[in-house]
Amino acid sequence: MTLTAPRAPERTLQRTSKDGRRVAGERAFQLLLLIGLGIGLVVLGVLLYTVANKGGGRLSSEFMNGFPSRRAAKAGIKPALYGSLWLLGLTIVIAVPLSIGAAIWLEEIAPRNWLTRLIEVNIANLAGVPSIVYGILAAGLFSGLLGLGDSLWTGAFALSMLAFPVIVVAARESIRAVPPSIRQGAYALGATRWQVTRRSVLPPSIGGVVTGCVLALSRAIGEAAPLLLVAVTASFSTPNSPGDVFSALPLQIYSWTTRPQVAFQVNAAAAIMVLLGIVLTVNVIAIFIRNRSQVRW
Amino acid sequence: MTATTISGRRQGPATDLRRRRRPGETVIELLLALCGILSVGTTVAIVGMLVRDGGAFFGEIGVLDFLFGTTWQPKGSPAKYGVLALLSGTLLVATIALLVAVPLGLSAAIYLSEYARPRARRILKPMLEVLAGVPTVVYGFFALTWVTPQLKKIFPDIGVFNALAAGLVMGIMIIPTIASVSEDAMRAVPQSLREGAFGLGAGKRRVAVRVVVPAALSGIAAGIILGVSRAVGETMIVAVAAGATPNLTADPLKSVQTMTGYIASVAGGEGARGTTDYSSIFAVGLTLFVLTLILNLISVALVRRFRQVYQ
Repeated sequence: MTLTAPRAPERTLQRTSKDGRRVAGERAFQLLLLIGLGIGLVVLGVLLYTVANKGGGRLSSEFMNGFPSRRAAKAGIKPALYGSLWLLGLTIVIAVPLSIGAAIWLEEIAPRNWLTRLIEVNIANLAGVPSIVYGILAAGLFSGLLGLGDSLWTGAFALSMLAFPVIVVAARESIRAVPPSIRQGAYALGATRWQVTRRSVLPPSIGGVVTGCVLALSRAIGEAAPLLLVAVTASFSTPNSPGDVFSALPLQIYSWTTRPQVAFQVNAAAAIMVLLGIVLTVNVIAIFIRNRSQVRW
Repeated sequence: MTATTISGRRQGPATDLRRRRRPGETVIELLLALCGILSVGTTVAIVGMLVRDGGAFFGEIGVLDFLFGTTWQPKGSPAKYGVLALLSGTLLVATIALLVAVPLGLSAAIYLSEYARPRARRILKPMLEVLAGVPTVVYGFFALTWVTPQLKKIFPDIGVFNALAAGLVMGIMIIPTIASVSEDAMRAVPQSLREGAFGLGAGKRRVAVRVVVPAALSGIAAGIILGVSRAVGETMIVAVAAGATPNLTADPLKSVQTMTGYIASVAGGEGARGTTDYSSIFAVGLTLFVLTLILNLISVALVRRFRQVYQ
């Protein structure tokens, strides 16, 4: 293939069939990558559609306010929903201050030595501990040794241990993003270390910290595994205090899903819609906070 | 308070301003330190609990019988506790999950890091991350009620509970884990390496596959190992969809039981506390903990390596 009327023959690289193949190869590769990325999202779409299709008709105020029942059509999620909300509240109270405290200490106060190094590696590993292991610990330690029984406290401690490393990692990243010059400025004005931390470092990093908390909590509220050993799968009474036995939405879903009757799977789908509604709303809130609070230095 | 900042020595003023205190602040700082040290307490508690109660179990059932036995029959007489039967289930499901998640996660990572425009990336990345935010019991529901029926059309003799559906769905679940760690590693590859390759006439695909991926390899490996650790530790998907048959098999169409699945089934079965049956979950939990701990340590070490190379 030669060009008949080249305007600038010296500068035009001739397109050969090899180039054509190369362009096609590039296109194909890019398409392949997009397909790879897309499959996950398509599956997510199918999942949401399946759940909505199956459970959409079951969502009603009776379902939200009903109690578990042997008859699928009469069963509801009130105890499980209340259990989950209780767990969420208690987990916030336990996990948020402890993990933010640990993050502040590691970033701002702790001396750089083997102990902090150990703690850092330890937190990274805690983030990878299977959630059911936290359940075993909760059953053995909080329920057994500490005598809390199979109560909301025990469940909340299990979820708090799960959320702890996630919040610490997110909070540390956010705190670290505050440039050292901000701290030095505050020190130069005579502030003490705690004043620097509280007045200069925390305010600009609070957005990232809150986002981390919200994401960790949304993860925790959807977890069933750590609660398996300490909660009842289908509770018949709504908990009134942290000392009560409890169920939780993910456990109720598990219990219904594993029943052979299709009617219970419809219930499970409807309960999933409620759970996903909570989790996804919380996620959107987190993204919103993150976008609103981004500080550029 | 004499400052010694002469000759560019990296030593600050003789009096470190950070050491100044107001009354009460020491207490605050101590409390914060307590929060940090608490994390070590958690690990100690986990290990202590698992070793103490797992130890009681190993007192009755020999460690070797546990580690190398191939039959898991807690209800049989004599009861047999050979963890290999559970471990094989775990490995089978995890292998299927990785076969899904590694190619998909890596293509997502390469696309996001090398091809996507910033705008597309800002939208696609959070969407992908939603996959990790879906509660795992929901994935279990999906595997059991949608994936298995679809698979039945292809493999008519597939069981209601099977390793394949659980593995496939678990693979989808760990895509974001692999994708985000790998993408971080790829974005950490210096632009100069890419430009050098472009200058030598390489196309975009070649730069991605031959330059960026090899340069980010330790980070990618870290992501994959983290994915393996997630797959091994995941409970609800397998508890719902993989079944409860401790099977030493490589047949993905059969029902298997994983280590996590076994713990879940004991929890659901109201096994009386104090029995060998119940204490076996501590032994299985200990095995699980050690396994994931090793994987996580490798992953952390690999991540640190790629950070060191390019920063």
